[in-house]
Amino acid sequence: MADSVAVKTRETAIQPPQGGRRTSLRARREARAAYLFLAPWFVGLLVITIGPIVASLYLSFTDYSLLKEAKWVGLDNYVKMFTQDERFLASLKVTTVYVVVSVPLQLAFALGLALVLDRGLRGLSFYRSIFYLPSLLGGSVAIAILWRKVFGADGLVNAVLSIFGIQGPGWVGDPDTALGTLILLHVWTFGAPMIIFLAGLRQIPASYYEAAAVDGAGTLRQFRSITLPLLTPIIFFNLVLEVIKSFQSFTQAFIVSNGKGGPADSTLFYTLYLYLKGFKSYDMGYAAAMAWVLLLIIAALTGVNFLASKYWVFYGDTK
Amino acid sequence: MATPSRPVPVLFRPLRGGPVVKHILLIGFGLVMLYPLLWMISSSLKPEELIFREPGLWPSQVTLKNYSEGWNALKHPFGYYLWNSAVVTAISVVANLVACSLAAYAFARLNFPLKKLWFAIMLGTIMLPHHVVIVPQYIMFSKLDLINTIWPLVMPKVLATDAFFVFLMVQFIRTLPRELDEAAEIDGAGYWRIFIRVVMPLCLPALATTAIFTFIWTWNDFLSQLLYLNNPDNFTVPVALRTFLDASSDSQWGPMFAMSIIALGPIFGFFLAGQKYLIRGVATTGLK
Repeated sequence: MADSVAVKTRETAIQPPQGGRRTSLRARREARAAYLFLAPWFVGLLVITIGPIVASLYLSFTDYSLLKEAKWVGLDNYVKMFTQDERFLASLKVTTVYVVVSVPLQLAFALGLALVLDRGLRGLSFYRSIFYLPSLLGGSVAIAILWRKVFGADGLVNAVLSIFGIQGPGWVGDPDTALGTLILLHVWTFGAPMIIFLAGLRQIPASYYEAAAVDGAGTLRQFRSITLPLLTPIIFFNLVLEVIKSFQSFTQAFIVSNGKGGPADSTLFYTLYLYLKGFKSYDMGYAAAMAWVLLLIIAALTGVNFLASKYWVFYGDTK
Repeated sequence: MATPSRPVPVLFRPLRGGPVVKHILLIGFGLVMLYPLLWMISSSLKPEELIFREPGLWPSQVTLKNYSEGWNALKHPFGYYLWNSAVVTAISVVANLVACSLAAYAFARLNFPLKKLWFAIMLGTIMLPHHVVIVPQYIMFSKLDLINTIWPLVMPKVLATDAFFVFLMVQFIRTLPRELDEAAEIDGAGYWRIFIRVVMPLCLPALATTAIFTFIWTWNDFLSQLLYLNNPDNFTVPVALRTFLDASSDSQWGPMFAMSIIALGPIFGFFLAGQKYLIRGVATTGLK
């Protein structure tokens, strides 16, 4: 004890007034280092993200193509979109149907398979890989080409159907079924949310099930009273993620419809129409306005999801 | 909103019947899922006229003709596009590894003014739809005369705009004991040295996840390559594959499938090599 007092006095004796400045010097050095480490990210934020966001907001109020000066038109682009542009409304509808149908279906498959795989099954990693593989490939041009051919008039699906004597429609060439094939492609990639569900299921303590079994709860009851409520945060997470992701789908619709969104605009995804407007017709102001509407839609949906989550997502004492 | 509760008992009951039934059902379902893929592989090995006669997987006649034809069907041999894709992908992977880890180290370990604000902004950019920025980005790159170069494709990676990976690495670095940094600091190491010698070697799993996902996403990416590469001389694999459809007389199915298989090859490879990291990356962060 005497020692420590001595040391302390000695320290203060050597440099009493500089203690504070020394730490601030250190802090400043640390801050400088931090900003150096962050330098690439800062430049990127400015040049690749924030700058373009501001520019696209400005452009959305203009009539602009690369070739001529931007002309301020106020809210014209936005008004035109919702009142005169039938293709825009079609694209909104197509995308909404796509998201509303494919996301719940995909998550249902993901959860179902996760439940089957969860309980002490051998070869888990094998099945996990098999079911996950399509998630990795699903967004590629090669798979979209495959889809287009599998669901073509003389494609695999119809060849299989003809074995049973059924004459299938021309799936991707038929306005009634074309979107369905893209929904199927999305559902096919249920492996990624399935893995997130599996990770979530692992967090549920086995003791809960044991206690429930002692009380005489059957499998179904256990699922309803333990698994489902404890899994709601994960379901919510997957839901938010998949909605955001699927609203931005592009490649599949582009390839399947050969960049046109047909037949009869039945696969005209929002982003595909944005691409056509901005980079085929060079109506870049309009495309920028569409991008902002997309941002608002996604933000609103995510917000609604978060608000609604209060009523069904259960944050208990699990971690 | 939640999963329909009805299908669940149907899924559950037969499973209680015994593991064998469960395995048979799972393998059957897996086969149905992978059937289109297997069919594409098998079709790429069949002579043209057999592709639609046989929905079965086993080719009654095997030929490599589709591969040799497909390889030479476009303006350049397919290897040319593979090389272009490889260059873009390799630069993207290295750039993401360097830029994202630098930023992550600062966020995870250093203190600086406004840190919380910047961190929140970084998280916010993860949610931002890419489409909000593509029009101005395109205009910018075209004013800089960089269309038909690889700059618009790799520049965002050099500047750490894939915030997922920054976040992934921040989370990872936070789990490393701080005592290691402090020990190195007492030994006289500066921040840079600590970063290179102490933190990075321990981050290997996070770096591997980043590398694998960057590889797969860049290899698969279509929209930016479609926008920025208009000249067949710098086409990458996805854009080149797409030209098969433009030129589409349906007699090109076999060659098109063959080249599609080649395009998927590297992803398969990385999938097999990096499964562990891929699965963990998805499970913990929702990266896909």
